Amino acid sequence: MTDAVKIENLSFSFNTPKGEHFVLKDISFSVADGEFVAIAGPSGCGKSTLLSLIAGLLKPAGGSIKIGDGKKCGYMLQRDYLFEWRSVLSNTCLGAEISKELTDEKRCYALSLLKKYGLADYIKSRPSALSGGMRQRAALIRTLVPQPDILLLDEPFSALDYQTRLNVCQEISDIIKNEGKTAIMVTHDISEAISVSDRVIVLSKTPAVIKGEFKIEMPYGNTRRDDPKFRQYFNSIWKELQDNG
Amino acid sequence: MAEISPNQMNYLKKLEKRKRKITAARAAVFVLFFLLWQICSDLEIIDSFIFSSPKDIMLCAANMAVNSSLLFHTAVTAGETIAGFLLSTFLGTALAVILWWNTFLNDVSEPYLVVLNSIPKTALAPVIIVWFGNNISAIIIVALLTSVIVTVLNVLSAFNETDGDMVKLIYTLGGTKKDVLFKVILPANIPAVMNALKVNTGLSFIGTIIGEMLVAKYGLGYLIIYGSQIFRLDMVMMAVVILALLSTVLYKLIVMLEKYIDTKVK
Repeated sequence: MTDAVKIENLSFSFNTPKGEHFVLKDISFSVADGEFVAIAGPSGCGKSTLLSLIAGLLKPAGGSIKIGDGKKCGYMLQRDYLFEWRSVLSNTCLGAEISKELTDEKRCYALSLLKKYGLADYIKSRPSALSGGMRQRAALIRTLVPQPDILLLDEPFSALDYQTRLNVCQEISDIIKNEGKTAIMVTHDISEAISVSDRVIVLSKTPAVIKGEFKIEMPYGNTRRDDPKFRQYFNSIWKELQDNG
Repeated sequence: MAEISPNQMNYLKKLEKRKRKITAARAAVFVLFFLLWQICSDLEIIDSFIFSSPKDIMLCAANMAVNSSLLFHTAVTAGETIAGFLLSTFLGTALAVILWWNTFLNDVSEPYLVVLNSIPKTALAPVIIVWFGNNISAIIIVALLTSVIVTVLNVLSAFNETDGDMVKLIYTLGGTKKDVLFKVILPANIPAVMNALKVNTGLSFIGTIIGEMLVAKYGLGYLIIYGSQIFRLDMVMMAVVILALLSTVLYKLIVMLEKYIDTKVK
């Protein structure tokens, strides 16, 4: 299998008048084509920064990030940020509009995704007519319309209430599997990470280093949370996160 | 449609009743005020030469309406005010865009904007009239000056308070700063601009009236200054009443515009 993303010795720091703040230190890992990797770590450990670096929104201080040949990244933020002054369809076309590729073909693609994922009745509605889960789906479709190969998910469910969150998390990862995308999801929720990913990478507090990696060997699907192995994974990742050494 | 329960019906009735009461009370205050004014002046409790009376005001308005000078003065003031607040809102927003775009310029100009904002702009009115001449354009510039700085400050702070993650979203989709401006900053801050427009109507009126009082050729400000000089207080009061009506109409128009923009989905 080829690598979709290959990160080597990545480091990053923010400069402030009070001094340099080291966020990431010597991070190396790669993500295979079609793989779903979750990155877990304590709040403020630089998980989101890592995604911004992969997306090219920030420049690394050291090391390198290689994205597979001709592959494109799509980014999904913590909250949906659907614009109330646009219809749902127009929101999902925002990416294509920005890259000046808003063709009829792209519009049809957006429409087909909206229909496929249960938003057919809301195409012309304003985002406020959608429920929390629907909004998140619309946001994912907005990310999918420019047809990225790699999805970067920045705690995409943390703004939802617990019950919605379980469902939406499953729904969104089903869509990602369904569309055959590679995904890197950042989360502070261990059970969320285990329930959808193929591999969990655990980061330490800042300056963050990789503390451990866990390959999740359970069949994909919503039965994972009932699997006895789920508890085991949870406990070992929990232990890894607690251990500050 | 689902049937309305008696409870809901009751609630709606109460709501409707309260609304009617408020409207009635508002009308009563209006009528009572003018009625009392008229009675006091008829019974010579107040001196109608100094305080005028609703009857005198209406007579004055009727006389001036006949030779259509009333319409002329009102139209001049309305035109100057509208030009003033449209220009100041447009210019103020444009300046805010420039300062949002260029943070260096923003930081350099900040203390100057704060000082300019605290100067009473009407103090500059005589200077403006000397510079730009005894004419309408000078009045419009005075009207513009009263509100342009506060527009820049308000709109700029709204721009800068736009959610950073909304801006990030544009960058994640491969957008540039120009996309951020046109896809997020401007559409997200239409309410702030509309608010500026509302505030500017009031300020622009102040500028226009001061300008007209100084230029003293035409407009309601001219009527006020002229009327007070020849002790025609009915003319002064009439001008004030028309000003009140005019500002109400303008305010309503802006609210309508706001609603229209709000219902437009792209």
